[in-house]
Amino acid sequence: MNPAYSVIFFTTASGLGYGLLVFIGVFASLGLLPADRWLGFWGLGLALAAITFGLLSSTFHLGRPERAWRAVSQWRSSWLAREGVLALLTYVPAAVLGIAWVFYEQISGSIALAAIAVAVLSLVTVYCTGKIYASLKTIPAWHQTIVPVNYVILALMTGAVWFLALLNIFSLPSMQVSVMAVVLLVFGLAAKVRFWRQIDHAPVTSTSGTATGLGDLGEVRLLETPNTSANYLNTEMGFKVARKHAAKLRRIAIIFGFVLPALLVILAGLASGVPAVLFSCLAALLMMVGMVAERWLFFAEAKHVVNLYYGETTI
Amino acid sequence: MTSLPANPSPTKLGLVIDLDICVGCHACAVNCKEWNTGGYHAPLTDSDPYGTDPTGVWFNRVHAFEVGEGHAGRTVHFPRSCLHCEDAPCVTVCPTGASYKRTEDGIVLVDEDMCIGCKLCSWSCPYGAREFDADVGVMKKCTLCVDRIYNQNMEAVDRVPACVATCPAGARHFGDLGDPASDVSRLVAAREGYDLMPEMQTRPTNKYLPPRPRRDEDGAITSATSLEDASPEGGFLGWVDRLLSTTGDVR
Repeated sequence: MNPAYSVIFFTTASGLGYGLLVFIGVFASLGLLPADRWLGFWGLGLALAAITFGLLSSTFHLGRPERAWRAVSQWRSSWLAREGVLALLTYVPAAVLGIAWVFYEQISGSIALAAIAVAVLSLVTVYCTGKIYASLKTIPAWHQTIVPVNYVILALMTGAVWFLALLNIFSLPSMQVSVMAVVLLVFGLAAKVRFWRQIDHAPVTSTSGTATGLGDLGEVRLLETPNTSANYLNTEMGFKVARKHAAKLRRIAIIFGFVLPALLVILAGLASGVPAVLFSCLAALLMMVGMVAERWLFFAEAKHVVNLYYGETTI
Repeated sequence: MTSLPANPSPTKLGLVIDLDICVGCHACAVNCKEWNTGGYHAPLTDSDPYGTDPTGVWFNRVHAFEVGEGHAGRTVHFPRSCLHCEDAPCVTVCPTGASYKRTEDGIVLVDEDMCIGCKLCSWSCPYGAREFDADVGVMKKCTLCVDRIYNQNMEAVDRVPACVATCPAGARHFGDLGDPASDVSRLVAAREGYDLMPEMQTRPTNKYLPPRPRRDEDGAITSATSLEDASPEGGFLGWVDRLLSTTGDVR
């Protein structure tokens, strides 16, 4: 599949934003965060900015962005519509929490309920994002239960590392959050490695024989394409560039996305003051480089069965 | 509404494509383009049509495949278009309601005024039936020539999809596949018509008819007879072959 920059940015940025909202929501509702207005401003501001720019970026890949508002109507059948509905719904308790925190420095009592709602809606939104991909039978690499699990774990993981950086900036070092971040980095890596192993050893779903129905007559090979230069299907679904560098990109994703952030989070936990801030911020930034590589691969390595009509023999 | 029709009519309009007859002339694809660039989904945009890298929207594309090995091998021309599936995934994934399946005859259509061009429907289709028109920013697809088949301004004989009307070999048939007594249904039954990629569970309406087995003069199923040997052993040709192979060997 063609890895569109707008969708890569949307899924990584919104994953980070919703993950951060989960941690802010849970910690705020449990009374583990100070009601300091600037912590609320920067924490919720960062999360909502990542989500909002992500959502805006995802509308750039639409053919008719001005009609994006229509995309919430079909929530009964479409995971994309469900994601849109939940993304919009999440803004409501987030706004309540933000206004109470930033303007009134109040995050307990009934506001804690809004914080819980923020956390729950954020998690479900990310799950819907994963389900958009997992619901496509035509792309066997995505049509797996591990795909939404991956999306949720990576969102929580990126959220935890950024949450830690935020706490360190506000001189609120937390051993709990450091441990959670490292645990999530380990789980994230395990889930990703498992996903890669599954797609590398996946059984064949369809063949040029089933695509043409001619498999009973023998091996089916493409003789002539219908078109002399690339058509929409070839550019959108037949993307091959990154598959060539898949092994290298996987190493980049593992090192930048998981290993280096884990080491830096541990270093930040051992250090204090300015070094702790620097280590945790560096962990957060390097991790995003790894996440972009991981998301690029998620698209580029996924093969669509329509390629069986264009020369592939098994998918 | 992008949920599939709850109570669909028994009528299932669709095509039957005979792979035994298709000669791969692309007339169906060309007439489809010609009709539809002025029809329901007009225009079917082309970009750089006279340049070095032309690309554009087509609803119908003709592939050619080689099947089998050696004497049993054959070439099969393979027209590919929307199959108007009963469980059309392109309909249910649509977030806006632009993509829908008609209750009355099962035709899958896109309402261009509602489409946001998210392309998810094209991702969900196993058959590559949907193509994005980058110029207009919306998804386009085969309409089964809905603007021909019900068109009271045309002669009854012309009320068939453009691809069927133009096929010079008679490889394409149009009709109601929901009616077991219809000509197309009987053709499918007689020739063991089949679904493409049944493992995708889309339940296509369109059916394909397989190439007939090759037969010899007595009607027995056989593979193709071999071509004449390029280096015969005996006789006049063998003598010429030997003579030319040994003298003045300038390979």
